[in-house]
Amino acid sequence: MTVSIGIRTLAVAMAVALGGVSHAAAKINLVTSTQDLAALAREVGGDKVNVESIAMGYQDPHFVEPKPSFVLKLQKADLLAVVGLELEIGWLPPLQTQSRNAKIQKGGAGYMEMSQYCQILEIPTGQVTRAMGDVHPQGNPHYWLNPDNGRRIAKAFADKLSQLDAADAAYFAGRYADFDQRLTAAEKGWVAKMAPYRGRKVITYHRSWPNFCERFGLEVVDYVEPRPGIPPTPSHTLELINIMKREGIKLILVEPYFDLRTPNSIARAVGGEVAQLMPSVGGVKEIANYFQLFDYDVNILVNLFQRVK
Amino acid sequence: MRISLFGLALLGLLAAQLPAQDNSELLSRMKAMEDRIKALEAELQALKGQAAPAATPAPIAVAPTPEATPPSVPPEPQPVNLGGAGPAASKALNPDISAIGDFIGAAGHGANRRIPALEMHESELGFQEVIDPYARADFFISFGEHGVDLEEGFLTFTALPAGLQLKVGKMRAVFGKVNTLHNHVLPWADRPLVSQDLVGGEDGINDAGLSLSRILPAPKGIFLEGVAQVYRGDSTNVFHAGKRTDISTIGHLHAYHDFSESTNFDLGASYARGHSPFGDGTNQLYGADLTVRWKPLRRAIYHSFVARSELVWARTTVTLPSLAFPSIAITKPFGYYVSGDYQFGRRWFIGGRFDRSQRGACLPTNPDTTPCTTPIPSTNLLQDTGGSLVLTYWPSEFSQIRGQLRRTRYGEGLTANELIFQFMFSMGAHGAHPF
Repeated sequence: MTVSIGIRTLAVAMAVALGGVSHAAAKINLVTSTQDLAALAREVGGDKVNVESIAMGYQDPHFVEPKPSFVLKLQKADLLAVVGLELEIGWLPPLQTQSRNAKIQKGGAGYMEMSQYCQILEIPTGQVTRAMGDVHPQGNPHYWLNPDNGRRIAKAFADKLSQLDAADAAYFAGRYADFDQRLTAAEKGWVAKMAPYRGRKVITYHRSWPNFCERFGLEVVDYVEPRPGIPPTPSHTLELINIMKREGIKLILVEPYFDLRTPNSIARAVGGEVAQLMPSVGGVKEIANYFQLFDYDVNILVNLFQRVK
Repeated sequence: MRISLFGLALLGLLAAQLPAQDNSELLSRMKAMEDRIKALEAELQALKGQAAPAATPAPIAVAPTPEATPPSVPPEPQPVNLGGAGPAASKALNPDISAIGDFIGAAGHGANRRIPALEMHESELGFQEVIDPYARADFFISFGEHGVDLEEGFLTFTALPAGLQLKVGKMRAVFGKVNTLHNHVLPWADRPLVSQDLVGGEDGINDAGLSLSRILPAPKGIFLEGVAQVYRGDSTNVFHAGKRTDISTIGHLHAYHDFSESTNFDLGASYARGHSPFGDGTNQLYGADLTVRWKPLRRAIYHSFVARSELVWARTTVTLPSLAFPSIAITKPFGYYVSGDYQFGRRWFIGGRFDRSQRGACLPTNPDTTPCTTPIPSTNLLQDTGGSLVLTYWPSEFSQIRGQLRRTRYGEGLTANELIFQFMFSMGAHGAHPF
């Protein structure tokens, strides 16, 4: 009698536990380090995936506080997708450790470093030292700003989600195909809009834009930061003004989290303009998805290029 | 053929000139030479056969007719290299290695706790790496000017069931906030008086043991974590283990909540218990800590504010020295600090701290207080009070220059007015510390 009650209790407990598992497995919990990766994951994951991100689109993704509230998100994650190339090195590792979630530890089944699927620029050759500033020894991490890389990231998500949820593989494949089609069409439009301005020279604040500029044919001549991560100095600012005057450069691209005082003073000195471009989805309210990110930035650039001939 | 005739003639000549020999030996040598000649002939023919095509006249180059032109093939697209330089670019399976230098200097009147005029206060070497799919390890070795100490060295099991996390090794105990922090992440050049007087100062409660923690269920998105730790029971000026059973135990409850995306608070309660180093009995510490942070995300790299406070109550058993009847007593000092730090530029921070702490008279502190010259019962409480103004500049993320004006009135009636300055620098990959 005691044995049978024990077995029954065990069976009920297992049923509850399994019920919990099957309920949890209904949707895949995916946490991304940035809103860009979250936007791409939503494109292919649709309503089969819960997507949350950690860094907001309007904050510098190099400097995010590893708040314990993020641990709660990571604790429940089936998948963690990160940009990689040491973009998150200053804040993500302690969160992963504190999450007590084996799946999302580096090398775990639920850990995805998206850089390995993408074309990476500015991979340093030769010796890398901190005298070069806050360089990324494995290459520039702002690679999502080329739609080709966005497509590759989406494909990687589709493959991984299909692996985790084989029953919905066709769903993810279909959503990826649709995304690919829409992105191809949108990309043609962005390229056509930017075509008249191919070869234009620009200055950028930080090295956030190599992929974007390569895709749309802009030439980055110099940076407001004398070295990556080092704030502008008076001597470098003067040098920059001279370069812009000499080469007739009129446009400075600045991310939303950098101070505008130095770029504005440079622009005034050369009769140019400062363009506050958004490097990430969520940078402003109007940018709620990956398409709107390029719509926003391309429109700003086109308007400014028309003004500063 | 010509070679063969020449060979035979040569043989004949040689044979004519040879002295009389054994016929059989001569015949065998002739046979060997014949074989050798045949082999050479075969080799010659083979070589001729190979060279034959080369001897044929080269075809005259003819311009291809338009019809003969192969259809134009678009050039092969350049292969796109996906992924950055592999991990091998910076390391293979080596741990992340870092070194942090902490140079401190002081000027002014230091009263009874003197900081040297100039000192390479600490050089910390860090080794951090994932061990296997189940654990990671962190080692921090601290070099002073005259010695080496294992500041921390522990293994963290990251894949335990039921949301548990286990740490094993030597580590700083989770008693309050300051005790958990390495020197290089402190917002000041020194540690607060309450830490110096009651919690072991710079060394703090730092011992070999085990730490088990779990995230506890809590409403409204509150992060709630409970930690239980067991240590050997040896921490200078805090606990002393004379025997194996004198272990120390630490309990810590930590709650965190985001008021908004810019503002959050951290509230902690701590308890520590171990054998007193000053008498045959226990030393118990009760702590409460509060941290409030403000950091607007859009301008996070330029502006932030952090307010901190920590309160510690101690119940320490002390032996009162007496030649006739040494007696045991309990001393109950209390101390606290309140501080605020404001970041007003990308590289600039200004802060202030108010300190007040009691301590048993003639009980040791870290750094050392000038020894008592006249014996005072340790149950008599002295009160230290201090205030500091701190200015910090970061030339980059990897170096820091700090100045701290500190005024302290020690319980013995001495007043210190000091300028402490600090240079810190780091190299290598030093992993981020928990929030």
